[in-house]
Amino acid sequence: MSRRVVPTAAGEVRARASALLETHRLAAIVPHDEGTRLKVVYVFLAGPPDDRVELEVLLDAVAPSVPSLADLSFPAGRFERAMRDGFGVEPVGHPNPRPLSRHGHWPAGYHPLRRDAGPRPPLASDTAPFPFSPVEGTGVYEIPVGPVHAGLIEPGHFRFSVVGETILKMTPRLWFVLRGLERLAEGCTPERLVELAERVSGDSAVAHGVAAALALEEALGIDPGPAVSRVRASLLELERVTRHVAGIGALANDVGLSVAHARALTLVERLSRHGAELTGHRLLRGVARPGTGTLRAPLDGVLYREVAERVDELVGSVLANTVAVDRFGGTAVLCAEEARRLGTLGVVARASGLGVDARVEHPFAPSPPTRVSGGGDVRARFDQRLGEVRDSLAWLERVAAGDEVVGPSPSRSRDGAGLGVVEGWRGAVVHRVTLDGGRVARWSVTDPSFLNWPALALALRDTIVPDFPVANKSFDLSYAGNDL
Amino acid sequence: MTAYGLSVVQILAVAVGGLLLTGLMAKVRARAEGRVGAPVTQPLREVVKWLGRESPRATGGALMGVVPVVLLVTTALAAAIAPLAGVGTAGAGGADALVVVFLLLTGSLALALGGLATATAFGGMGASRAMTLSALTEPALLVAVAAFAVPGRSMNLATLVRYSLAHPAGVASPSHVLATVALLMVVVAETGRMPVDNPSTHLELTMIHEAMVLEYGGRDYALVSLGGSMRLGLLLGLLATLAVPWGVAPSDSVPALGLGLVLLAVKAGALALGVALVEVRTAKLRLFRVPELLAAGFVLAALAVVVGVVVR
Repeated sequence: MSRRVVPTAAGEVRARASALLETHRLAAIVPHDEGTRLKVVYVFLAGPPDDRVELEVLLDAVAPSVPSLADLSFPAGRFERAMRDGFGVEPVGHPNPRPLSRHGHWPAGYHPLRRDAGPRPPLASDTAPFPFSPVEGTGVYEIPVGPVHAGLIEPGHFRFSVVGETILKMTPRLWFVLRGLERLAEGCTPERLVELAERVSGDSAVAHGVAAALALEEALGIDPGPAVSRVRASLLELERVTRHVAGIGALANDVGLSVAHARALTLVERLSRHGAELTGHRLLRGVARPGTGTLRAPLDGVLYREVAERVDELVGSVLANTVAVDRFGGTAVLCAEEARRLGTLGVVARASGLGVDARVEHPFAPSPPTRVSGGGDVRARFDQRLGEVRDSLAWLERVAAGDEVVGPSPSRSRDGAGLGVVEGWRGAVVHRVTLDGGRVARWSVTDPSFLNWPALALALRDTIVPDFPVANKSFDLSYAGNDL
Repeated sequence: MTAYGLSVVQILAVAVGGLLLTGLMAKVRARAEGRVGAPVTQPLREVVKWLGRESPRATGGALMGVVPVVLLVTTALAAAIAPLAGVGTAGAGGADALVVVFLLLTGSLALALGGLATATAFGGMGASRAMTLSALTEPALLVAVAAFAVPGRSMNLATLVRYSLAHPAGVASPSHVLATVALLMVVVAETGRMPVDNPSTHLELTMIHEAMVLEYGGRDYALVSLGGSMRLGLLLGLLATLAVPWGVAPSDSVPALGLGLVLLAVKAGALALGVALVEVRTAKLRLFRVPELLAAGFVLAALAVVVGVVVR
């Protein structure tokens, strides 16, 4: 695998991108502030075989603008809005140039990711209130929910336009946990960057940690070797199993099966304790580091087999309940065509019948077989996650038994930049790092949640309001990973 | 004991008993989940604690102060006249099934108005759902009680229980069994238990009863909470009395009333335990399926009436 960098003039971006989008997906748009000029990198990915193409566009630092790709690719429109808010790069011709990450109380012209942004200025009054598109008609009313919720959930505001109990439209407003992580990374050592990456989203410490480590290794020209890759792949699957079991339990809880939820939590607890033995941290932090990574204890094949059996019992009890099956079936449907056009990733995409999996497209180590189901409803996502739990546990059991695993050797580039692509439990995590004198000059993170949030909004059409929690949980998206 | 004395005792029994039954059902859920759970007296302690707090009210939410009182008074009145521990309650002559259902409905209406008074989306949503379900449960409730009334030819609860006590074989009649099942389904819906409403959820968008009372705090919430528990106690008590009338004191002698009270507690406790045990195995119905459940309850109740009239 190799990363091709194609210098492109701003005027050519649309033509080149349009050709690339025939075969590739747009995985990120990464702007860099280089003082007198801005560099915008469009990252295109395809696979297998692993192919990574970057269009590099140089812009003037004063009033920078690029032609918008929003009409060519839905994700491009989202990336462009984030770029506009963070860097002030204007996407010319964007059909819907609303703020995305921009805080309503930031003063006009404040772009926090620009080098000269300085410390955050005092908050101004909210001059541009978040425009929720009004839905009008007889009997239509709005339900605002959040950002403060009754349970221990991350903050997000949801605006439902409802007639009776049926959702006509749901608009999420996120970025309540915008921490300025990308800015925080500037000037960090590589080791420190991975620690930061492990904290992007608490439930995806391995996915983000490994993605950052892979990006750094490419930038530094280090080959971690097969043993380290094997450790990383194992932890990635352990994280996948843990989070999917927790998600399956939470889905049961959302239809009122709290006993099944409690049983799932005991399994999550056992896996977390096992994780703490392996890595020294219950969230599996601390092992993914550039060039290295070892486990403190051996993998436990007996545990994996037992967890697999318990999960089967648990799921059997849930699916034997006809009311639960009725709640899952046909709820919040995302069809394959919608999932494809929105650039949906990970379990959500695979449950809608799209064969997207970074473990296949961009492998850094061997992995369990990928699986694709269809249907796109809550039930399909439940089954998809269950299937992945079974696949990953069976694979982990074989690895624990000492099966030889050999992965492809990583690419080495010496342009000071690196790209890390990892299939986390939610989907493909993409990190791009630029180093300058051994320190991080720019770090960009794309969590699959960023691309999957719009899919949730779309899937909710014609779902009823009381089914929102179970639909939302079936997508299981990260707020922290989205907001950064 | 005087009739008024018995009524006061019944109100207290329903108030304390309702809270303890709520606690018992929460305990069963906790144990099923593998937790120790809070003590059975927890709801009682919480109500006492909240009673000592001030009540924050939404701007323009003056109705929020009235709602808990209306809810409590109507429920207490129903508990006073219904034959629970004994048939000789004050106002037993007016203890018509229609009156009791009307009192309960007045409480429901007050809660719904209170939900709307705060003008929050959740309150309105809860009120709308509660009223929709109420429109379906109340007829089923009335028809189920009517089925119990067929043998004695009276909708007066006291007369009805007296007749039942004099003709114990009637308890095993098909009509009686059908009516009991129908009433059980109605009680589950009316008290906001699974599979209709999940009393332990934190998900605002799925709530029915809780959505209406989200805005209450302090003393107001204590009264609303107490009112909710009293309804549970009253309905389970009524169900127990109608289904298995033995123990309800036909006289006003203190020992007989004492025994009636103890048996009421045992019957209601057993019912609550049964409901809770079924509840932990039940998933919550999709909201639009709830009418189907309630329609089934109505059909069973109607069938009970028909069978009661035909099979004599």
